[in-house]
Amino acid sequence: MKHLKTGRATLALAALLALPGVGGAQEMVNAEAYRAALQDKFANPGTMVGDRGETLFKTPRGPKNASLEKCDFGLGAGKLAGAYAQLPRYFKDSGKVEDLESRLVTCMIKLQGFSHDEVTRKVFGDQTKNESNTDIEAIAMYVASQSDGMPINPPLKHAKEKEALKMGEALFYTRHGPMDFSCKTCHGEDGKRIRLQELGNYASNRKNAQDTMKTWPTYRVSHGMVRTLQSRMWDCNWQMRLPDLAYGSPASVALISYLSQQAKGVALDLPGMKR
Amino acid sequence: MKLKNISLLATLALTATGLGAADKPVLDAKMKAAVDKMIAVSFPAGENQDLSRLKQDETIQTCNIYRDNVPEKLAAEITARETKSIKYPADGKLMGDWKKGQKYYTMGFAYRIGTVEPDDPKKDRGGNCYACHAAEPKEVAYGTIGPGLTGYGKLRGAGDDIVKYTYEKIYNSQAFTACSQMPRLGHNGILTPEKIADITAFLVSPESPVNK
Ligand code: HEC
Ligand code: HEC
Repeated sequence: MKHLKTGRATLALAALLALPGVGGAQEMVNAEAYRAALQDKFANPGTMVGDRGETLFKTPRGPKNASLEKCDFGLGAGKLAGAYAQLPRYFKDSGKVEDLESRLVTCMIKLQGFSHDEVTRKVFGDQTKNESNTDIEAIAMYVASQSDGMPINPPLKHAKEKEALKMGEALFYTRHGPMDFSCKTCHGEDGKRIRLQELGNYASNRKNAQDTMKTWPTYRVSHGMVRTLQSRMWDCNWQMRLPDLAYGSPASVALISYLSQQAKGVALDLPGMKR
Repeated sequence: MKLKNISLLATLALTATGLGAADKPVLDAKMKAAVDKMIAVSFPAGENQDLSRLKQDETIQTCNIYRDNVPEKLAAEITARETKSIKYPADGKLMGDWKKGQKYYTMGFAYRIGTVEPDDPKKDRGGNCYACHAAEPKEVAYGTIGPGLTGYGKLRGAGDDIVKYTYEKIYNSQAFTACSQMPRLGHNGILTPEKIADITAFLVSPESPVNK
C-alpha cells in the first residue's frame, strides 16, 4: 500500500519536474513547485532507495556472511541515530578520518570480508544507462536518513580531524587541471551562476553551505536517482576536467570535512531533493 | 600595434579584482607538500586517467600559494610569463569568422576524462563562454562568474588594439590579470588560435549579434 502511494506520487512529481536540458525560466518556476510538493517525504523517491538500503544493511552478505549491523559509525557498533550528523570523524580502528561512505567501505571490508576493489569498482549508478542506484548508494541513503532532523555537528577534537579540515580548506582553494579551476572559482562568491545553475558560496556564506549540506544524500531529479556526497565531489572534479577522484579518498573526505564544518549547526533534512 | 590601451585595460582589470594589496602566502612549504601528497594518492592511475592534468605549472602554483592574491612583484612576473606564451594563427589574422565564433563561444569545453562519464576525445571543443559571460542579448542562459560582454565591440570599437587585446585575453587571461579566474583557454590547449580568432570576431565585429 505504502509503495503504491509512493509510486503514484513519484509519477506526479516526475511529470511536474520533467526538466529539459537547459530549462530557462521553467526551471526556476519548477524549483518552487518541488519545494512545496516535497514536504511529503513519502513522495520522495529517495525514501524507497533508503528502504532498499535498510534491507541490504541488515542482510548477511559477503565472504563472511555478515550484515552491517555491527558497523560503528562513531557512536558505537550498530548505533545509527545521529551518527551521520557527526561525520566525518576519526576512527581508531582504521586510523583515518572517514566520511559516511569511506566508513561503509571499511565496514564492508572488515565485517563482510569484501575486497576494497569489490566494494569500490562500481559505486555510482549510471543514469545515462538507465541503471538504478548501487547497493552502497542505497545503504548510504539508509544510514544517513537515521540522522534526519539532527544538526550537522562533526567532531573537531582529534588532531587528524583538525588536519582533515585544514587540508579540505586548502584543497578547496587549490587550482589545477586544464581549466585552472578550484572549488573557489565557482563556489567562492555570493549569488553567482554557471549558465542558469545557481552556485552556493561555501567559502564564506554559512547559510549557503547549510542549505546545501543538509540535503545530502539527495534524490537528483535530473538523474532520476539518489546521489551522495562522494558522487558530488567526484562530479565537480570531473567538471574541472580532472581524473576520477577516488571514492573515499583522503581528498574527498577532506573536502567533505571542510564543507560539513562550514555547514555546522543546521538540522539535516533527509532525503534531500535537488535538480 | 598601439600598446597604450592594452596596458590601460590591464591596469583596470587589476584594480577591479582588488589585486593591488600584496598578501602573505597562505600555503607554507609544509602545507603545500601535504596537499600535493593528498592529491597524488586521491587520483589513482588507471584507464583513461591522465594524471599529467594534475601537474601545476609555475603560475598556478604561485596563485595557489597566495590563494590568488599575489603580491605585485609576483603578479608582474606572472603576466610577463603568460604574455610570452601567447601564439597567433598561422595567417596572422586575429579577427576570424564571427559566425564560427558564435558557435565556439557557446559550445562546451568537452575534454572530460576518467571511466565514469568521459567525453569522446574527438569531440569538438568550444570555450563554454556562456558558462561565465553574457553576450548576445537573446541568450538568457548565461553565467555570472565573469563580467557581461553584451555590446562588447559597440562599447570599445573594433580597432587593432582592441582586437589584439581580446584575442590575447582569450588565449591567456593571465597575460593581463595574474590569477584571473578565467581559464587560460589557448595556453592550456582547449582552444586553437583559429577558434580564438573566430571568437574574437564574435565579440568585436560590428556585424555580430553581440553588438546589435
Ligand atoms: C566550474 C564550476 C564548478 C567548480 C570548479 C566546482 N563546482 Fe561544485 N557545482 C557546480 C555546479 C554547476 C553545481 C550544480 C548546481 C546545481 O545543480 O544546481 C555544483 C554543485 C556542488 C555541490 C552541491 C550543491 C547543492 O546544491 O547541493 C557541492 C557540495 C559542490 N558543488 C562542491 C564543490 C567542490 C568541493 C568543488 C571543488 C572540488 C567544486 N564544487 C567545484 C560547479 C562547480
Ligand atoms: C570560469 C569562468 C570563465 C570562463 C569559462 C570564461 N571566462 Fe572570460 N572572464 C572570467 C572572469 C572572472 C573575468 C574577469 C577577470 C579578468 O579580467 O581576468 C573574465 C574576463 C574576460 C574578458 C575581459 C573583459 C574586459 O572587460 O576586458 C573577456 C574579453 C573574456 N573574459 C572573454 C571570454 C571568452 C570569449 C570566453 C570563452 C572563450 C571566456 N571569457 C570564458 C571568467 C570566465
